[in-house]
Amino acid sequence: MTAMDTNKAKTGVFSAGRALITDRTLRTDKWWIQPLITVGVFVSFIIYATFRAFEKQNYFAEPLISPFYSPCLSTVCVEGSAHFGTPIGALSIFGMVISPALFILIFPLGFRLTCYYYRKAYYRSFWMSPPACAVAEPHKKYTGETRAPLILQNGHRWFFYAGLVLNIILTYDAVIAFKNPEGEWGHMSVGTLVLLANATFLWLYSASCHTCRHTIGGRLRNFSAHPVRYKAWTIVSKLNHYHPNFAWVSLIGVAFADFYVRQVASGAITNFYFF
Amino acid sequence: MTRKIKMRIWRGNSETGSLQDVSVDANEGEVVLDVIHRVQATQMGDLAVRWNCKAGKCGSCSVEINGKPRLACMTQMASFAEDETITVTPLRAFPVIKDLVTDVSFNYKKAMEIPSFEPPADLKPGEARMQQIDVERSQEFRKCIECFLCQDTCHVIRDHEENKKSFAGPRFFIRIAELDMHPLDMLRNRKQKAQEEHGLGMCNITKCCTEVCPEHIRITDNAIIPMKERVVDVKYDPVRWLGSKIRRREEVL
Repeated sequence: MTAMDTNKAKTGVFSAGRALITDRTLRTDKWWIQPLITVGVFVSFIIYATFRAFEKQNYFAEPLISPFYSPCLSTVCVEGSAHFGTPIGALSIFGMVISPALFILIFPLGFRLTCYYYRKAYYRSFWMSPPACAVAEPHKKYTGETRAPLILQNGHRWFFYAGLVLNIILTYDAVIAFKNPEGEWGHMSVGTLVLLANATFLWLYSASCHTCRHTIGGRLRNFSAHPVRYKAWTIVSKLNHYHPNFAWVSLIGVAFADFYVRQVASGAITNFYFF
Repeated sequence: MTRKIKMRIWRGNSETGSLQDVSVDANEGEVVLDVIHRVQATQMGDLAVRWNCKAGKCGSCSVEINGKPRLACMTQMASFAEDETITVTPLRAFPVIKDLVTDVSFNYKKAMEIPSFEPPADLKPGEARMQQIDVERSQEFRKCIECFLCQDTCHVIRDHEENKKSFAGPRFFIRIAELDMHPLDMLRNRKQKAQEEHGLGMCNITKCCTEVCPEHIRITDNAIIPMKERVVDVKYDPVRWLGSKIRRREEVL
């Protein structure tokens, strides 16, 4: 036996006593496509979001504000974009001012990183644990989410609560997008629709979340004693079925909303007003 | 209509074995188990295969077909391409006994470790009354036929033999969830036990158990994740924990 074969023999499907089969998997379908697509979309999003978080400009075009920079809480925010004041001031590291986006993005980032659906997606595609069902993973040891840092996944509900606050703020941003650049109400543009769609997708993503399902009624043992919460639980359960869809749509939606605001703010396109 | 198909069937025991090629007839409407039986009747008289009901309800004929854990009696031959070679092996997470038969006693040992239903002490036989909405979640989990395909595909034990000591597996997480969601189960600390003794925290919710379940039980969404959230209630959420101490809520036993 080669050294590799010796290692194989010690673990998993190659353990002593199990059927002697040398292949890591006998699957004949294209099981690698799904993790590959997941990696592609995630990496694209990470690159774009990182670029935008550090760009520190082109995130506000009255009345539109990018979801990456909302709420803008720093004194370095461009004029008119700090709808909720500037409590953070202007923090800097090594002489560089910290982007206002970084104070905000940490919450949706935490929410999505600890999301039960995304966990499945990135454990499979990035960590290959496992890459697909009945495809042997490459790791020698596995402890799951029992110790640091992965035990922190249990903090998902705190990011869920923070996400709700951000959803309210992004809904506010969509509502004030019914103003025109002069600040007059009763107008609607393509940007209004983009921000409205973004807020809707984020609410659907949050409302279909497993933690939401648990909080709203899943933790109960006697549904009959809590009829209103039971009803709410059944609605959230139906939404929960589509949680992966909402996860993807809202991820792409938030990137597109930012991209649209960037194009408007940079002058690359004009925000068309319907009325 | 009868067609000739190519199969590779694993034959051997706990020490040695290999995939063996066979060519065999398959009739229209047949399932993989039918064809395996034809191989047994015509070419491999001593081929070992475990089966019973041929209706997808006993959970006996669990094997891996083209690398996927499936019931041989519920896998239609028509689902394969005409020129496709069908590979059948025993479950790869458990020790093999002979050919397609594995030793699944691991699961029975784990079943014995799960604390059983504990009704209220003053509840007499025949007195229990519950509404349908209170038990419907648990009833989904009662559909389990104990085929152990979920156990077989779970990478926690499939890929790490050493985890079998500390990990009960998805089949028993639905058992724990069934009891924890039962309105009359009075056992305290079932959630803590799930985390500390049955290895709930080892699960990284990659949903393979749900994908292979022939009863379409939503194991991950309806049992494992709700149990993980219940564990958070009692172990990782100080606000919730404090609230339960003050108000003694019934749902956080």
